[in-house]
Amino acid sequence: MNLSEIKDFLIGEFFVTGDPTIYAAQVMIALTTIGIIFTLTYLKKWKWLWREWLTTVDHKKIGIMYIIVAMLMLFRGGADALMIRTQLALPNMDFLEAQTYNEVFTTHGTIMLLFMAMPFLIGLINVAMPLQIGARDVAFPYLNALSFWLFFSGAMLFNLSFIIGGSPDAGWVNYPPLAGGNLSPGPEINYYLIGLQIAGIGTLTTGINFIATILKMRAPGMTLMRMPIFTWSSLITSIIILFAFPVLTIALALLTIDRLFGSHFFTVIGEGLPEMYVNLFWLWGHPEVYILILPAFGIFSEVISTFARKRLFGYKAMVYSMIIISLLSFVVWVHHFFTMGSEPAANSFFSISTMAIAIPTGVKIFNWLLTLYKGKIKFTTAHLWALGFMPNFVIGGATGVMLASAPADYQYHNSYFLISHFHYVLISGTVFSIFAGLHYWWPKMFGHKLNERLGKWAFWLFVVGFNVTFVPMYIVGLMGMTRRVYTYEEGLGWTTLNFIETLGAYAMGIAFAIIVYNIYYSARYGERDKTGDPWDGRTLEWSIPSPAPEYNFAHVPKVKGLDAFWIMKKENKTKKKEKEPYKPIHMPDDSGQPFMMSLFFFISGFGFVWEWMWMGILGLVGVGVIMILRTFDKDEGYHISSREIKRRERAAREDRIDE
Amino acid sequence: MSKANESTIQKNIPLEYANEEGRVKIIGFWLFLAAEIVLFASLFAVYLVYLDRTADGPTAEEIFEIKGVVIQTFLLLISSFTSGLATHELRRRNTKGVVVWMIITLLLGVSFLGMEINEFITYVSEGVNISTSAFWSAFFVLVGTHGVHVTFGIIWISLILVQIAREGINTVTSRKLFIGGLYWHFLDVMWIFIFTAVYLIGMVL
Repeated sequence: MNLSEIKDFLIGEFFVTGDPTIYAAQVMIALTTIGIIFTLTYLKKWKWLWREWLTTVDHKKIGIMYIIVAMLMLFRGGADALMIRTQLALPNMDFLEAQTYNEVFTTHGTIMLLFMAMPFLIGLINVAMPLQIGARDVAFPYLNALSFWLFFSGAMLFNLSFIIGGSPDAGWVNYPPLAGGNLSPGPEINYYLIGLQIAGIGTLTTGINFIATILKMRAPGMTLMRMPIFTWSSLITSIIILFAFPVLTIALALLTIDRLFGSHFFTVIGEGLPEMYVNLFWLWGHPEVYILILPAFGIFSEVISTFARKRLFGYKAMVYSMIIISLLSFVVWVHHFFTMGSEPAANSFFSISTMAIAIPTGVKIFNWLLTLYKGKIKFTTAHLWALGFMPNFVIGGATGVMLASAPADYQYHNSYFLISHFHYVLISGTVFSIFAGLHYWWPKMFGHKLNERLGKWAFWLFVVGFNVTFVPMYIVGLMGMTRRVYTYEEGLGWTTLNFIETLGAYAMGIAFAIIVYNIYYSARYGERDKTGDPWDGRTLEWSIPSPAPEYNFAHVPKVKGLDAFWIMKKENKTKKKEKEPYKPIHMPDDSGQPFMMSLFFFISGFGFVWEWMWMGILGLVGVGVIMILRTFDKDEGYHISSREIKRRERAAREDRIDE
Repeated sequence: MSKANESTIQKNIPLEYANEEGRVKIIGFWLFLAAEIVLFASLFAVYLVYLDRTADGPTAEEIFEIKGVVIQTFLLLISSFTSGLATHELRRRNTKGVVVWMIITLLLGVSFLGMEINEFITYVSEGVNISTSAFWSAFFVLVGTHGVHVTFGIIWISLILVQIAREGINTVTSRKLFIGGLYWHFLDVMWIFIFTAVYLIGMVL
């Protein structure tokens, strides 16, 4: 290869070129990277970053890292959304080219679901769930770190496509034959397949970790039916992950093998079936919807019960309805392709099973309403997000039942009616819950509250913007506007509605900016939480100081019933507990291996994206070497002395006496 | 960890279950196996749908050679038995017995793998490969995935044996070997499904 060939490759294929916004982005990314490296070096923070964060196995820090990355992804996915809405604001717009538009809606969907919503929830589970069950850590702390770093590498690999090689453009579902080797050669689709594969392995290991944690690490006295409802939702979500993610692994792997090695799983030419991919994808994809919504239900239950100052109404019904939802989630996947040409019997079965999900979900809505009934309601920001969720989610759910009717779906299929439906359930369900959880557990993570005034501003702006965006979308959908069109003609009657939608989208963007500003503002001026229990909480995470110490509980709590901490407060046992002598606590060692292993996964993934087999295999060899190092690793951990625990607990308690 | 817990080990409980860490890790591995079952189930589903989708290429009947496959099956079944004997010796805390039976297991595994590679080479020389048709894609990926798992198992269990030989049997090494044994049995069970769904159905059809 001579010099001009290398130059042609770099400009023609490797770096994305041609669009001034992309050049601007490349310059920005380069400058930001240089800025971060400079700042870390100038402040001599490299060692701190490595020791405190990159090598940590503490579930709370891992949870915080998940949340930070998910916030960045929310920014990226939100920027994509605003680009889509700007392009569609007026007829015949040429803000984006058709190809760029395809890339933008593909990355918007993929990032929001897989690299924003799910990791955000996993982050909150990581922070709160072990504290709720009175555990010192998750079952496998090292694996937990590995899960995070795999998600991180997958996300970074996927995002890299934006400036190197080109973004995937076949929609977030990535159906062949459009995503196959014939119609989409080159690295774009490989980024999707391999980025998701790496992150998916991380999600699966997280699921295993959470199940083992909840089954084996609960404090004495905490029976399954005394677990906080958020922990229940984490358990059920993890079980769905365990059974759904291997199917995604296979769907992505088979398409990758088709593209890289010329097999015929999904190409008609060798009698393969493109529909097979669609089936496998949604056999994972529909349960994925409930991976996104069940933890959200858990968060809302905690928040509503805390701020209504009442025990959750119908706790057992809540648990059973989640179990039923999780079972039904596996038998409805065909509703995603009613129009693909299945037999009427199949469509009927999947139509009915889909509608059946509305029943346990309705049970939950009534339970939340009855929890609020006669409660002493406090309108905190977290609670506003939970209250705002209910009416909006019901709108999304009711239109979902409309879509579940197979014959009617021939009308709605792939229209903006559908787009509006799933945004209604995913935003009012998952995104609202993320913000509710963020405000609710923020003091436990960082030791100070988020500002309530800014939080409420953000809430109202977001909720109004959300409805302004998506109500008109139902209407344009019924008027015949289909998804993924990148522009439309004048005179179809869509113009006004689309323009209003775009205004709403920008309002949501501003609301997000206010939330980010609130994080900065509150870190500087926010109210410090000296009690460890800023909301008068009911569950065990509020029984320890804020921010939670690395060993979580100085004394392992004894659980006497549901709302364990509430019972302790009622029986006035919180002070007595602190007088007991401290025992040394065993902690796991930090390790740089998870970070290194996922770095090799990234290198390997990048190699396979470009179909440079040597690089792909080299990366995998690196992964193997670290696995071998790990198996010979003793990892005996260390003990925190009782004196050290006493010192830290006393420091936290003196603050409490000050109150 | 191991030293401190060794003194508190309860009698009559297998060493690998004796402490909290061992119990939690074994549960974790069972959960991992559940995920593996779903992974293989997806591949089986794809394979069974593609059974007759051979696109004018050779069919399973024309290519499959049942004799080698039967020998492979016996090799793997026996290896599952010998790995069970290794677990038995583990319970008796007989390091030498564990190592001997596990080496026999691994040798059987290697022979199985050798025959599988040979089978694949034969098939390819007879004119079928991963891009012949959807059927052959599904065949090579399903059976190949099992083969990759066996390879991984051999390397992994060998590394555990090195640790057993060095350190003897304690809570950590016994837990690792027990989990390795679970994995090996799992591969055997999956092979029985492959033998039935791939080779028996393939020969009958």
